[in-house]
Amino acid sequence: MWNWEFAVEALPILLRGFVNTLIATVVGTVIAAILGLILAVAIRGLPRWINWLVRLLVAFVRNTPLVVQLLFVYYAFSDIPGLVDVPALVIGFIVIGIHYSTYMSESYRAGIDSVPPGQFEAATALSLPPVRTFTAIVLPQALRATIPSLGNYAVAMFKDTPFLFAISVVELVTAAKNFGGSTFAYTEAFTLAGIIFLAASYPTSLLIQRLDRRLATY
Amino acid sequence: MNDNVTTLLNFLPQLWEGVQTTIILTVAGSIGAVLIAIILGLSMTSPSAWLRVPARIIVEFFRGTSLLVQLFWLFFVLPLFGFDLDPMACGIGALALNYGAYCAEVVRSSIKTVAPGQWEAAIALSLSPTRRMIRVIFPQAWALMIPSIATLLIQLLKGTAVVSFITLSDLTDKTTQLRQSTGDTMFAFSVSLIIYFALAWLLQELMNFLERRAASALGRRRPNSRTDRREARRLARADAVRRDRLASHAAANEGANHSTGADPTKNPFPGQGGGL
Amino acid sequence: MPPTENTPTTASASSSPAIEFTDVEKSFGPTTVLKNLNFTVAPGERVTLIGPSGSGKTTILRLVMTLEELTDGYIFVDGQPLTFENRGGKRVELPKKRTREMTTRIGMVFQQFNLFPNMTVLENIIEAPVHVLGKSKAEASKEAKELLERVGLADKADAHPTRLSGGQQQRVAIARALAMSPEILLLDEVTSALDPELVGDVLGVLRDIAETTDITMLLVTHEMQFARDVSHRVMMFDGGQVLEEGPPDQIFNNPQHERTRSFLSSVL
Repeated sequence: MWNWEFAVEALPILLRGFVNTLIATVVGTVIAAILGLILAVAIRGLPRWINWLVRLLVAFVRNTPLVVQLLFVYYAFSDIPGLVDVPALVIGFIVIGIHYSTYMSESYRAGIDSVPPGQFEAATALSLPPVRTFTAIVLPQALRATIPSLGNYAVAMFKDTPFLFAISVVELVTAAKNFGGSTFAYTEAFTLAGIIFLAASYPTSLLIQRLDRRLATY
Repeated sequence: MNDNVTTLLNFLPQLWEGVQTTIILTVAGSIGAVLIAIILGLSMTSPSAWLRVPARIIVEFFRGTSLLVQLFWLFFVLPLFGFDLDPMACGIGALALNYGAYCAEVVRSSIKTVAPGQWEAAIALSLSPTRRMIRVIFPQAWALMIPSIATLLIQLLKGTAVVSFITLSDLTDKTTQLRQSTGDTMFAFSVSLIIYFALAWLLQELMNFLERRAASALGRRRPNSRTDRREARRLARADAVRRDRLASHAAANEGANHSTGADPTKNPFPGQGGGL
Repeated sequence: MPPTENTPTTASASSSPAIEFTDVEKSFGPTTVLKNLNFTVAPGERVTLIGPSGSGKTTILRLVMTLEELTDGYIFVDGQPLTFENRGGKRVELPKKRTREMTTRIGMVFQQFNLFPNMTVLENIIEAPVHVLGKSKAEASKEAKELLERVGLADKADAHPTRLSGGQQQRVAIARALAMSPEILLLDEVTSALDPELVGDVLGVLRDIAETTDITMLLVTHEMQFARDVSHRVMMFDGGQVLEEGPPDQIFNNPQHERTRSFLSSVL
């Protein structure tokens, strides 16, 4: 049932796909982390109705499938005539980044809410301007509490990157499927793909868990 | 725009078929996931390592390998071993196994969160271990786990969209068909996303209902009263980071030892007294 | 009210002690809480354990209730081994089922009440009589209502425990323990979590039980007057050992040890 020749043959192909997986994860995480912070912070100062609208939008993005969002943006771009071809991978990490920014913004919000009110009061007592209070006092404390949670979402995002299959980005699972399609060595291809996922995500999760405990002790 | 509406109206029966497929996958997948979660979650709290260790390995395995890998494995690899599942069974199976593994961790941590005094009182009354779990511990853990399970089941609903990769014609597949017949990406996908959003909302409402019932079975006030909401907001603020951290753990692939699963979204739908 | 009218010896039917500790040792990790502990409690006897916190009093109750595992030694209830027995010089753990049969004779009331919040008051009380003793629901309910009457909560049968005050919850917990008709009742600081004005009701119920039944009682309490009134014997613990013991009058009025004196002066 298991053919080592196929496995050896598949491995480099899968790893090439895995590069795209990693790119999507890393760039997606950066986008999600930045956009998430903006979503969490910026809406604080906005008028009530805009605030409400943003939250509705966030809930909308969060509660609809990533696959559909990917297809949506992919087709929307291809519809626009005369537009320079945007690589599917780029669409992939942008959409995945936006999708996860809705989760991460919640983490930031929770982190900011967790900063004790005494910290705001102390900063006010020192007559620090609001921006300085936020960037120098509140944010550093909030971030410390938020980081493990962002890490966990990054891992979740990593495991969602195969959805890029929908827009034919050749990442790990797509590479495995293509290999299987041409050789019928599905067993080797998908089993290896699973192992690579497990080998990458499990240690990362353990690491985040340790980081979480470290940070939680402060 | 009028053309679009006409096309949509003509397309409605097909769209409804797709929605039905998505609903069947969600409902069957959810039931499967919860059953798997209860079996694995209880096994992980067992004093016997013969149950605990295999359950933990299964959970980590299905959380660590991606949903799509599992789906493709069931669809492409199992037939090579002589098991020919139809695509629907593959879809339901992959969803139930993947999200069941995530939910199992929630079940485990919720059971661990039930106050030790409850275990002790049950022992003091000489209740058998089975009776202890069924009558005393699980009903209380159930109330704790519903919010986190709700979050995961909404993820499951979103995850159903991948079955279009294995030839099933669900809502996502119908969406691309609608796009082709209207030639209007914006229109087709807006319709589809709104339907998905409505389904998620329905699912959330159902879980909220279950949560209220579970809470009132524990003699707590209905969590929807005004004072409760105020209290909940206060607690949520105090608890925010811990909950979120745990939630993201539930979302990712962490090991063990967390006191409780938690709900990352709190209430994903604005206007229902949660987030706003 | 010195408890002379029902002395333990007359209440006793069998010759074996109700509770017997033989060379009991209990450690939590590297910390040894109890070492070489030997004592007996006669059937019908009411014994109060006093001593500074961390002296192992509560651990003794929890060992009898099998909530903690014995590190070494043996505990006997009615002369029968509870968790471990000596089989030909070897210390052997009893099957869990056997232990559970033994614990049906023992009831416990906790500091934090520990009522089951997913059941009504009545359901809390009949759960074990129905599912452990195999009584019919009707019979168990009838007895439960009598017990509720006795603890002054006849009207609360269908209430949820969470809607009751602490004192009411604790009285339900007492009724729940009594519903199993225990031979031994363990009371672990049952008034410590209560508001001062609610303590009286709970102690009143316990006094009533002490006066009208011959249940063996082992209690840990900070209510010294109560201890003096209901117990036949007081044991002063320190560092996991019995420092001194005797009738309440002797211990409270004429303690032999300096440690006992300073402990009593700190709590009285």
